Amino acid sequence: MTIEVSPEEIYKRKIYREWGLTDEEYLKIKEEILGGRLPNFTETGMYAVMWSEHCCYKNSKPLLKKLPTEGEHILMGPGEGAGVVDIGDDLAVVFKIESHNHPSYVEPYEGAATGSGGIIRDIFSIGARPIAILDSLRFGQVDNGKTRHIMDQVTAGIAGYGNCIGIPTVGGEIAFDESYAGNPLVNVLCVGLIKHEHVQKGQAKGVGNSIIYVGAKTGRDGIHGASFASKEFGSGNETQRSAVQVGDPFMEKLLLEACLELIHNHNEILVGIQDMGAAGLVSSTSEMASKAGSGVCLNLDKVPQRETSMIPYEMMLSESQERMVLCVKKDHEKEVIALFKKYDLDAINIGKVTNDGLYTLYHKGKKVAELPVDSLVEDAPVYYRKSRVPRRIKEFATCKEFIPEIEDATETFKELLAQPTIASKRSIYETYDSRVMTNTVVAPGSDAAVLRVRGTQKALAMTTDCNQRYLYLNPEIGAQIAVGEAARNIVASGARPLAITNCLNFGNPEKPEQFWELSTAVDGISESCRVLNTPVISGNVSLYNETNGSPVFPTPVIGMVGLIEELDHITTQSFKAAGDLIYLIGETRNDFAGSELQKMITGDIFGIVKFDLLEEKENQDLVLTAIQKGLVKSAHDLSEGGFGVALAESAFEGKFGLSVEFNRTTAQLFSETQGRFLLSISTHKEKEFEELFGEKAVKLGRVTDDGVLFIKTSDDLVELQTHQAYDIYEGAIPNLMKQNQ
Amino acid sequence: MHFAVIQFPGSNCDFDLLWAIRNVMGAEAKFVWHNEKSLEGFDGVLIPGGFSYGDYLRCGSIASFANIMPEIKGFASEGKPVLGICNGFQILIEAGLLPGALIRNNTLKFVSKWQPLQVNNLTKFSSEFAENEIINLPIAHGEGQYIADEKTLSNLQENNQIAFTYEDENPNGSLRNIAGITNSSGNVLGMMPHPERAVEELLGGTDGKKVFASILKNFCEDCF
Amino acid sequence: MTKVKVYVMYKESILDPQGQAVKMATQKMGFTEISDIRIGKYFEIEVDADVATAKAQVEAISEQLLSNPNMETYHVEIME
Repeated sequence: MTIEVSPEEIYKRKIYREWGLTDEEYLKIKEEILGGRLPNFTETGMYAVMWSEHCCYKNSKPLLKKLPTEGEHILMGPGEGAGVVDIGDDLAVVFKIESHNHPSYVEPYEGAATGSGGIIRDIFSIGARPIAILDSLRFGQVDNGKTRHIMDQVTAGIAGYGNCIGIPTVGGEIAFDESYAGNPLVNVLCVGLIKHEHVQKGQAKGVGNSIIYVGAKTGRDGIHGASFASKEFGSGNETQRSAVQVGDPFMEKLLLEACLELIHNHNEILVGIQDMGAAGLVSSTSEMASKAGSGVCLNLDKVPQRETSMIPYEMMLSESQERMVLCVKKDHEKEVIALFKKYDLDAINIGKVTNDGLYTLYHKGKKVAELPVDSLVEDAPVYYRKSRVPRRIKEFATCKEFIPEIEDATETFKELLAQPTIASKRSIYETYDSRVMTNTVVAPGSDAAVLRVRGTQKALAMTTDCNQRYLYLNPEIGAQIAVGEAARNIVASGARPLAITNCLNFGNPEKPEQFWELSTAVDGISESCRVLNTPVISGNVSLYNETNGSPVFPTPVIGMVGLIEELDHITTQSFKAAGDLIYLIGETRNDFAGSELQKMITGDIFGIVKFDLLEEKENQDLVLTAIQKGLVKSAHDLSEGGFGVALAESAFEGKFGLSVEFNRTTAQLFSETQGRFLLSISTHKEKEFEELFGEKAVKLGRVTDDGVLFIKTSDDLVELQTHQAYDIYEGAIPNLMKQNQ
Repeated sequence: MHFAVIQFPGSNCDFDLLWAIRNVMGAEAKFVWHNEKSLEGFDGVLIPGGFSYGDYLRCGSIASFANIMPEIKGFASEGKPVLGICNGFQILIEAGLLPGALIRNNTLKFVSKWQPLQVNNLTKFSSEFAENEIINLPIAHGEGQYIADEKTLSNLQENNQIAFTYEDENPNGSLRNIAGITNSSGNVLGMMPHPERAVEELLGGTDGKKVFASILKNFCEDCF
Repeated sequence: MTKVKVYVMYKESILDPQGQAVKMATQKMGFTEISDIRIGKYFEIEVDADVATAKAQVEAISEQLLSNPNMETYHVEIME
């Protein structure tokens, strides 16, 4: 329970500091906004959360403006719950990615579960039916019990929520690095489908219209969760944190169905709808009013409460899950209440829209807050942080080029297949229901997940990507690569990339080196998005990912969705028939800086990362054309572990063998030059295929039915049975998870 | 034939089942909300998968007290077909329409994948398959381990009530590899695998169609 | 040997979705006087040690493993 403190005491004892407001920010509220009046307890609390990085992006706003957000198919860009992209047939795809990093460290199961719940609400608050979830996860090295526990519980939380609510978890990625040991990353992407006419906005307009609260009751959950996400971690205070939120996917399923029924069948009485996410009631209602230039007046006695004697401060800041706010035309409240009753859900009229531009709260007959609405939403300070190039970057620039020496090609190959980042994640994704809703054409395990769009001949491809090692070496190039790789995955599945959403997981922006990482990474994303024609339609910023002063690797996770025009274009990475020809698209160079091979051999990463964005674009365009012409039987994007690992992954599903002659060194077999694809084609398409690609495609061998992976390089030979490679690839993570310590 | 697809709060395979039976199999079907008290006009009842009431307490336990359940029991006692899939199977067990119990998978994990099954084609829900045919259907459950006492198991076996068994690897520890069973009169089937997820080649297979085709064939005479 | 019971419950401020759903069911079944249900975990633990040591050890595992102090409380009882 929170004890209220008088305005004078807040001022004198500088209590606002404990809530994350600086002296300057407090003075701005007092002098500029309230004309000298001291903000009371409730008001100070509301400013503290609304002006936290998590809610107002005060540290990242100047950078985010640089991202390209427009394109011909973009129906709605950043600013609402999620972005919307037209896919024809009067349909649109809605998607957004969001982080739940800090809560997932404190309580991994519930943190991951409520992360899923939050982003799902963002999607259906737009009016879209959520059709897929993807998760991008980062953990410490899997060599200790603590990390294994976090990983086990985070994945269980994702499964628990997604499986129960009945939205398929179709993809994502998991990578491991020491920098995430005390600060795992849990980013959840949700994709929805919507008819154009149903697109909603989070707005409260029309004087006298009602503000209706729907869903779960309000408890004292996660009060100040938003400001908590904006502070770095230190050891010793793990148990002092405010109460953890517990997710209730069953409640959310009811809320989802009720909200969609309202939007689809009673659109004429619904003015606006918004999820109560971070900073709960205050954030949702003030944003809705501010967007429409309205005021809002709420009666807190009406707010459904789970606990007794809650004070206004607690109600406004609570982050109880599974709640939404509606703005409904006046005199239509009863229809809404009856609709929600069918689902056993509370729907309560808690206030109304006004035209005074004020945010007014009443509690037990007394006015407990009165502020300009815009001051909560628009007037937060914006900081232009100092930026400095970290020392390591200069050191990498002068490093001698690293060329790995490989003694035994087959052994190195086997060892690479067992690296946690490369090895199969089947033991994890098989705990996710990936097929509920019966749209999943390509389930986890290929480059991108593919879902058909019912009633059309179209399908959607979706992926999340980010190799944080490249970013550690060079945030700008690494971020370019993250977008490039996402697009490569989308193209390999037969789709044209449409747009991206990003989740910027970085350290403390108040430290110049860490701000530099964020700033240059945003430049990299922008550049790739422009060249690949994939605007940013939504996103989330998670800063202060730092434990005891040491930050996570810069990790801007890219979520991308692509459109497959014809179901026939859907392509997977797996070889289809013995005798098919194997081609490598794109040139292979000595790209070992930040590679899986470098990390495996040296235990470290260093050097200069290179990327040719235009070459990437050219290769992607060619591959997509080839797929659309029906020339390609399988397509796989080359990433960690290079051509060698891609060959094995393509052979596994059909238990094929292969015979390849790679006219380069064994080390180059595992080089991670970007912009490359592995394709297989039928022999009778050879001529047409080669005419299209010219020198871009090099024929290197054939798929065989002897179950042996045979790869000859210029200096050695890889030879092992497919099932042996498969066992290593599949067994690596289960074996790591089984260890006791 | 006219099917009722029962919707409980938390059902999440309801739309999939309706799509399969209506759009793919071409039969008539309609949603029936759990609060309804009549099944008049229906010739078959389908209980979809999902997490009714969040699977809280025990899977299917709260749903088994819904208003529609006495109707379903009456419907079954008249010999009309009732099919429960996944959570639907759990509900039928909690309601006492099928024997035994379904408990947490022995792996303690949810499992979602394509699963080979062996069919016993002597039931009215599997007659369209060949004898001992091996088929593939998706499974997706956390509590699908079938248990029952030895006597119940022997009875199930002797009366040809075991319709589907897991082939190759048993994914959840079910006794006698049981994946689906009927009641003793053969008109109620509960199964953990999802036939409604295997009715289109595009989505990976069509073995599920024969389950629905068997129902349409064996129970249809009753509806005319 | 000492037998110890441990009860782990959500803290009062934490939402218990399972308890809520079960409560809702009891209301629908007509047991309208049931005003709240909270569901927790119950452990029976055997320790090869005297009562004092057993209690200390069980409290340690309750704190570190059986409960998450961020959201749960526990209560230890010696059985014999």
